[in-house]
Amino acid sequence: MAVLEVNVVAADHEVWVGEAKRVIARTLDGEIGILAGHEPVLGVVAEGETRILTTADETIRVKADGGFLSVENNRVIIAADQAELL
Amino acid sequence: MGAQQRVFKQKIRSTQSLRKIFKAMELIAASRIQKAVARTQAASPYSTALTRAVSAVAGESNVDHVLTTEPETITRAAVLVIGPDRGFAGAYAANLLREAEELIRLLRSEGKDIALFTVGGKAESYYTFRDRAIVKSWSGFSETPTADKAREIGESLLEAFTADTDDGGVDEIYIVFTKFVSSVKHDPEYRRLLPLAVVDADEAGSGSGGEAPKSGAPAFPLYEFEPSAEAVLDALLPRYIDSRILSALLSASASEQASRQAAMKTATDNADDLIKTYTRLANTARQAEITQELTEIVGGADALAASSAGD
Repeated sequence: MAVLEVNVVAADHEVWVGEAKRVIARTLDGEIGILAGHEPVLGVVAEGETRILTTADETIRVKADGGFLSVENNRVIIAADQAELL
Repeated sequence: MGAQQRVFKQKIRSTQSLRKIFKAMELIAASRIQKAVARTQAASPYSTALTRAVSAVAGESNVDHVLTTEPETITRAAVLVIGPDRGFAGAYAANLLREAEELIRLLRSEGKDIALFTVGGKAESYYTFRDRAIVKSWSGFSETPTADKAREIGESLLEAFTADTDDGGVDEIYIVFTKFVSSVKHDPEYRRLLPLAVVDADEAGSGSGGEAPKSGAPAFPLYEFEPSAEAVLDALLPRYIDSRILSALLSASASEQASRQAAMKTATDNADDLIKTYTRLANTARQAEITQELTEIVGGADALAASSAGD
């Protein structure tokens, strides 16, 4: 099964990089869930929590305070002004 | 000990203590270059992601945004000069300010007014000394710039950009900083920050090297925008600007440290030369004194012998 390549970056450092099965992020309109094979998306991330289910079935929680998210070719980039692992 | 000798010994001692300071500053600067370069690298994933996203939005949808539209007439241009807070960095500040002056002259010759923004105490004092008006200045973080500071600067610049020309607004924004190429090469340069010249999608796709899309896939896929293209662009562009400012600040801080290291290395070497010269001079003075004493003793003895032989 295809996996998502996830990259969470803050303005001045990389927060988390790895492979995941599922990413749930909070956009301005509400939560968006991304699985492998998702169509390309560019979205605005609202303040809140992003949950990443890794390939090892761990849940990574990241607190982000606004930024954007891009999805293409099973590559997810979440770029936030400030982000930290919870 | 003769007076001359004492003077030389004093000079040697003071040069030695200066040398210690230069050496320490050199070592500190050397370790800070590494940190500054690491910070630049740490910030690069974010700016790569932003650049890519901005190019994708701009290349794909025909969205007009205030930050990307070229004004018809440009009456006032803002110049952000990113300089150092401290001296002791050789010609770093002078080179940067010369570049800034060149840009200002160029803009003036095109009939534009200049609104100055400065970062760093040295840039600020250069212009205040010459009675040139500064719109806003920041200082205290030229060596350790942070994303927060970049945002603060970005907000002020955007505010000036979106304001009407009659209310002191500007039509374009330039940024002058020193680009860090390597620890021995750093060049002052200027770039136009706003209005944004967003790179073409094709160009960005082929030009971004490591970030190139997987073979066979188009440079940029058809994105779905969430919530809308305008909203995405609204959120992206200010961040893109902040990130450009941050990368300029980081590059400038690395250049500053590298210049400082080189300057302090030269100062240490010069101090070594001086100490050597003074040591030689002190030795010569000591020899001369000994010779003189000997001559005096021999002369005295001769005179005594001559006077006793005459008795």
